[in-house]
Amino acid sequence: MIELTVNGKAYSIDVEPDTPLLWVIREQIGLTGTKYGCGIGRCGACMVHIDGKPIHACGLPVAEAAGASITTIEGLARGDVLHKVQRAWIDNDVPQCGYCQPGMIMAVAALLDRKPRPTDADVDAAITNICRCGTYQQVREAIHMAAKA
Amino acid sequence: MTLEPSSISRRSFLLAGLAAGGSLAIGIDPFGGIAVVHAESGPAEITPWLVIRADDTVVIRSPFDEMGQGALTGIAQLVVEELECDWRNVTFELPTPGTGIARKRVWGEFRTDASNSIRGSHERLRKTGAAARMMLLQAAAKAWNVPVAECFVSKGIVSHKTWDRRATYGQLSALAGSLEIPRDVRLKEPKDWTIIGKPLKRPDTIDRVTGRQLYGADIVLPGMRNAVIRACPVFDGKVRRVDSAAAARMPGVEKVLRVGDSAVAVVADTWWHAKSALDAVAIDWETGESASVSSRSIDAMLTEGLTAQETFLHARTGNSAVAIAGAAKRIESIYDYPFQTHACMEPMNATALYTPARCDVWCGSQHPDGALAATARAAGLPVEQCDVHRVALGGGFGRRLFTEHVTQAVLIAKEMPGTPVKLLWSREEDMTRGAYHPVMKARLTGGLTAGGDVAGLEIRLSGPSIMTTYLPSELDNGRDMEVFRGFYLQGREGLEYWAQNLTIDHAMRNTHVPPGFWRSVNLNHNAIFLECFIDELAHAAGRNALAFRHDLMLFDPKAHAVLDAVATKGGWGGKVPAGRFRGLAQSRVTASYIAALAEISVDGDRVKVHRIVVAIDPGYAVNPAQIERQIASGVVFGLSALFLQQCTVKDGCIEQDNFDSYDMMRIAQMPKIESIVMPSGGFWGGVGEPTACVAAPAVLNAYFAATGKRVRSIPLRKHGITLI
Repeated sequence: MIELTVNGKAYSIDVEPDTPLLWVIREQIGLTGTKYGCGIGRCGACMVHIDGKPIHACGLPVAEAAGASITTIEGLARGDVLHKVQRAWIDNDVPQCGYCQPGMIMAVAALLDRKPRPTDADVDAAITNICRCGTYQQVREAIHMAAKA
Repeated sequence: MTLEPSSISRRSFLLAGLAAGGSLAIGIDPFGGIAVVHAESGPAEITPWLVIRADDTVVIRSPFDEMGQGALTGIAQLVVEELECDWRNVTFELPTPGTGIARKRVWGEFRTDASNSIRGSHERLRKTGAAARMMLLQAAAKAWNVPVAECFVSKGIVSHKTWDRRATYGQLSALAGSLEIPRDVRLKEPKDWTIIGKPLKRPDTIDRVTGRQLYGADIVLPGMRNAVIRACPVFDGKVRRVDSAAAARMPGVEKVLRVGDSAVAVVADTWWHAKSALDAVAIDWETGESASVSSRSIDAMLTEGLTAQETFLHARTGNSAVAIAGAAKRIESIYDYPFQTHACMEPMNATALYTPARCDVWCGSQHPDGALAATARAAGLPVEQCDVHRVALGGGFGRRLFTEHVTQAVLIAKEMPGTPVKLLWSREEDMTRGAYHPVMKARLTGGLTAGGDVAGLEIRLSGPSIMTTYLPSELDNGRDMEVFRGFYLQGREGLEYWAQNLTIDHAMRNTHVPPGFWRSVNLNHNAIFLECFIDELAHAAGRNALAFRHDLMLFDPKAHAVLDAVATKGGWGGKVPAGRFRGLAQSRVTASYIAALAEISVDGDRVKVHRIVVAIDPGYAVNPAQIERQIASGVVFGLSALFLQQCTVKDGCIEQDNFDSYDMMRIAQMPKIESIVMPSGGFWGGVGEPTACVAAPAVLNAYFAATGKRVRSIPLRKHGITLI
């Protein structure tokens, strides 16, 4: 059994310890907002926070996340109050197909925690998520809007 | 306007179709007239496209799917413009293709492609809104026993002109649904529009930022199993032998099975168990001659096509050979474009539940009618006993017009009657079993007079035909007209240039790699070939690339206008910041006029794209804000393809299998996009495709301006050129 804390809730899960955290979140815990995109840590669709840091969940064996505090897109809002990044995303009408956006939002939320007023260069260095729809211009504008919120 | 958080997703889980009723409904038939149907319909249905619930919620039923392009928002604007309901009350329903058949195709075909959702349906959507509004007014008049002329509507509330009488659409909808359909439906003049043309926000964003939006990959049904598949990486190969002993003993595995004659799947309790077990299955493939095909052999075949005698002729005016031979200057260039894959962020998937009496599938599809046909065929059941439940698409770009994954899911589910099975392809399967943007080579030959005019032009294309593979019935005596998109002599995807001595033909060279429809399709390479070669001619003639284009272009003021718009905003001919260089391109795509100006700098092998100015005239701009997003989206698609992407073939297989070998632009590489949306009225053009094909030639022309080098072989990465 592996003990996990996801979005503040404790889970005790019977799973092989080398199972990637992504699949435990999606299949055993049943939170499907964290997406499978590549499985090799390149696209960012699976990004979650582990103790506040952005991590690709597809490449992390679940055993290594035991005991840590894991936050997924479903846990970013505080109850009904959306996170400022989510609000900025709505105000800027950012998502197109939306599949990559949970990962993108988690990456941006982590960036703003570390750098509350990021420069464009900070954004370029920190946000490497792939968006096939090409929402990058709206993403950048929404990041700066969220930073000012 | 709100989208009920999970109205679509909840619906997807209902096996039953729409609630049965019996009231009269109107529908607009695909040929443009108004048809009367007595349909199975809910009591609140006013027309098949429209349900107004007692709480005033306006439900728009869309045959078009949302894959990121904003189609549902545009569709709602078209309906609401005429219906005159409160925008905030609008929500959507995605009827199943099975319902479409049962209701005599009242919604037309369920297919979302070719930038067609708005341009192919604007009239029937506005008419259904207008007809419903008239029926709701009549219902009020009937209820109040007054002439209909004494009633008026504002934001979904019908009032009497003098008496203090009011009723909401929700209160009137049941009565309205029972009324005669108005024969004469008049639509508003464009000048009177108040909703069409507004940059309204999309209604479905909240679910997309909270993780609540369900895609096909997220479907969970009670008792569901998960499947992962490996089809022969040589496209026409087969399974010879399977050793599944090790895999069968792995945790959670229920079945290892052959799917058709070309694939092996593992079914397990979880996807991860299925994937891990599939990796442990040893498959011996039976491959034929295709296993010796390589990018090199394909290139040789296409090169031969460049000078072949037998071709499919598209256009011949005057005598290009004589004109070019007698010209003062002859310019010839060979261009080539690689195979490319869609790489939708959500890999292909479908969930199927089969019983001997019925088969249901859940998936995001650009062609639900095709998915239903594939379901019935694979299930071996009449189509009436099958259905496809539409789920949001995690990207489409043409890839989800194809249904191989649906067939596979049903074949797997058929082995486990009563148990739902979700088949989710791995990224590796998605990239190596695609429907690829076709490889294409082109030889362009031009003759210039001493005065710098074009004396003659020849374009020879050599490469595969998509239609030969998928829609041979659409061929014209073997000729594939799709290959010539952008080179048509007239119409919505026409050659906007005039040459009195012109020859355009195609040496069809098909490969075993399946070609597919990939955003803008053949226009991607045709726009690069033509717009870069025009630049070459302008340079050879010693002319300004803008003036040269204007002189050569047909008398079509709208085409000149978009080009002038980017030239003006982009500062063409004016002062250029130090180290910056500019390039132009224009095209005509899905009826829209489109032009781009690129501004780049080059530092050795490193290219920075600073700005892309894009102008589009789509006739009518239903939602300028969504159009701006499609412009940016198209630029990212086009520049990712130009700089980074190619699928190469080795031993008959595609070599690139994930984002490490098949990369995309990231935010750091994103240029500033300056959009000019300039609707001139009078026609309805598309948006999603036009925007994808002009950025690349504009950048290539800027690269020549910067370096004096013409790069004619895509992607730039293979020349060591890096996008920063």
